[in-house]
Amino acid sequence: MIIDLTRMKPGECGTVVRLEGGSGFIMRLQNLGIRPGKRIAKVSAHFLRGPITVQVGAANLALGFGMASKVMVEVDRKQYG
Amino acid sequence: MDNKDRREIKKILLMGNPNVGKSAVFSRLTGARVIISNYPGTTVEFMQGVMKVDHTRPTVIDVPGTYSLEATSRAEEVAVKMLEEGDLVINIIDATNLERNLYLTLQLLQRHIPMVVALNMWDDTKHKGIHIDVQRLAQILGVPVVPTCGLTGEGIRQLIEQIPRARSPKKPPCSSEKCWDEIGLIIGEVQKLTHRHHTLLERLEDLSIKPFWGLLVAAAIVFFSFWIIRFLGEGLINGVFTPFFTKVWLPLAYKLSAFLGGAGLMHHILIGGLVNGKIDFGVSFGLLTTGLYVPLGMVFPYIFSFYLVLGLWEDFGYLPRFAVLMDNLMHRLGLHGYAIIPMILGLGCNVPGALAMRLLEERREKFIAATLMATAVPCMAQIAMIVGLVGARGGQYLGIVFGTLLLVLAVKGVLLNKFLKGRSPEILVEIPPYRLPQLVAVVKKLGMRILSFLREALPFVLGGILIINILHAFKIIDFLAYLFSPILRNIWGLPKEAISALIIGFLRKDVAIGMLGPLNLTTKQLVIGSTILAIYFPCVATFTVLVRELGVKDMFKSATLMVITSVIVGGILNLVL
Repeated sequence: MIIDLTRMKPGECGTVVRLEGGSGFIMRLQNLGIRPGKRIAKVSAHFLRGPITVQVGAANLALGFGMASKVMVEVDRKQYG
Repeated sequence: MDNKDRREIKKILLMGNPNVGKSAVFSRLTGARVIISNYPGTTVEFMQGVMKVDHTRPTVIDVPGTYSLEATSRAEEVAVKMLEEGDLVINIIDATNLERNLYLTLQLLQRHIPMVVALNMWDDTKHKGIHIDVQRLAQILGVPVVPTCGLTGEGIRQLIEQIPRARSPKKPPCSSEKCWDEIGLIIGEVQKLTHRHHTLLERLEDLSIKPFWGLLVAAAIVFFSFWIIRFLGEGLINGVFTPFFTKVWLPLAYKLSAFLGGAGLMHHILIGGLVNGKIDFGVSFGLLTTGLYVPLGMVFPYIFSFYLVLGLWEDFGYLPRFAVLMDNLMHRLGLHGYAIIPMILGLGCNVPGALAMRLLEERREKFIAATLMATAVPCMAQIAMIVGLVGARGGQYLGIVFGTLLLVLAVKGVLLNKFLKGRSPEILVEIPPYRLPQLVAVVKKLGMRILSFLREALPFVLGGILIINILHAFKIIDFLAYLFSPILRNIWGLPKEAISALIIGFLRKDVAIGMLGPLNLTTKQLVIGSTILAIYFPCVATFTVLVRELGVKDMFKSATLMVITSVIVGGILNLVL
């Protein structure tokens, strides 16, 4: 199941499959280690569409809600029903 | 080896991603004499020093952190330009983030410049369960690779030894996709991860970034920090500085006063006015009395304790977490969470706060952050004076002054966000792991900040007092007081003599607040005066930096807003108090 980062639950892991948005934005994410094929874990989400924190490799990153909604992840979740 | 490899090495560049401990390695490589410079035509700063390799003394440049050579920001453009002027690169890599860091490394290897790689933060790989085959990595990259730890100095000697062995393998260029593929292969070959238990610090890391607990921890940290700052500051004042000034300095000042005959222009400038025949450090306003007492006896203790506490939190790695937690709140003011960092620096002194505005990329957020800081974030020197002067009338009045400033910050931020075109940008930051602060590094940074306070403050304080005494002697103050008395009296309810404080406020805010002391103000007037002095205009040092960071036009707008705000806020306080 592919969903964006904001829809993952804290504690869930997955693999990044796609980054949406402009090339400048994609480059910024790649520089910080978020790019297709990388394993990603959601650490926390802050109140009121606040920033999302994730772990990629050994690094912890925080990104705004809008940015997080552009990171598509194949999440390790059993589909229900 | 080609010609470039063999020629004498004059300029060594330290290059790497942001936050890889580059500056720590830099200060290990170079001696004490370090120059901070601006790259021509930009506001991008870099540090420059000299090191010793065999018998040569090449210059070392701490190049601004960059993720790639594709130059997506101004700091990166500068990095790329500097690369063309260098003779050798030391590429600093965060060993705990090898994969991400290798992108820049590969790009550097494609340039025709000899290189050595430092695998920095090596000590952290051990408890993170990261194993890197250093020899194999050196083989694959074709350049020497040395594990280092900038904080403790481990591996620095070996790094220096490898400098003569630097070479340039001149790899063929690859597309970004190909580069990442290649990095994937390298990582597969040299890096192994093992599972390990979470350390106590890592548990804390998790806790302090969770939405609910994080805010609770943040509130506790802020409260605790201010408590410590106050405790230390007051302790230093009561235990060291007040005894020094009353027991040692005062008798000397009396001797000088008697020598000068107790009156006259020289006496007025050096000792100032006598109050009932006595010297009063707070009120006399001579260069050698109030001029030394304000910066050293009242402000310095708080500067010391503030920067000690700030330095500890910085080195611990807490500030980026605080920025993330504040992100939501800051968005209401048209900023993102990271803008809290210049504001916190501004609490120490607005000048470094203004310099840190360059962390913010967009013109709109820079304008908002700078305006809010210069309006409503008083520097520690001001805070110390307000605490000393207003606090003496009762703690609740301190609450009114600082509460008003906080309210001004919030209201002005919301209004600016509403009426300025554009949207607040989103946060995107790396959250570094917690590290226990290294005593040597903390002391070194504290020393540098205190030195820069003394260098900036003393001349301005003394100069300000000198000017005000001269203006007084030539009755210019009286003329200005007459001119501005309608605003002062009718809107703010202040006596016309308060104009001298407003004039000196352009130079130094702490002295300006000190000047309210001798005016025999009522408590209400003192509260209004201190609040206005914080708001109405930045001090000249901050102003100069802001003109450079914002440009003349934006700074003019920003300053106009400040003057208007001070008139309104002072007027309201005068009505409601």
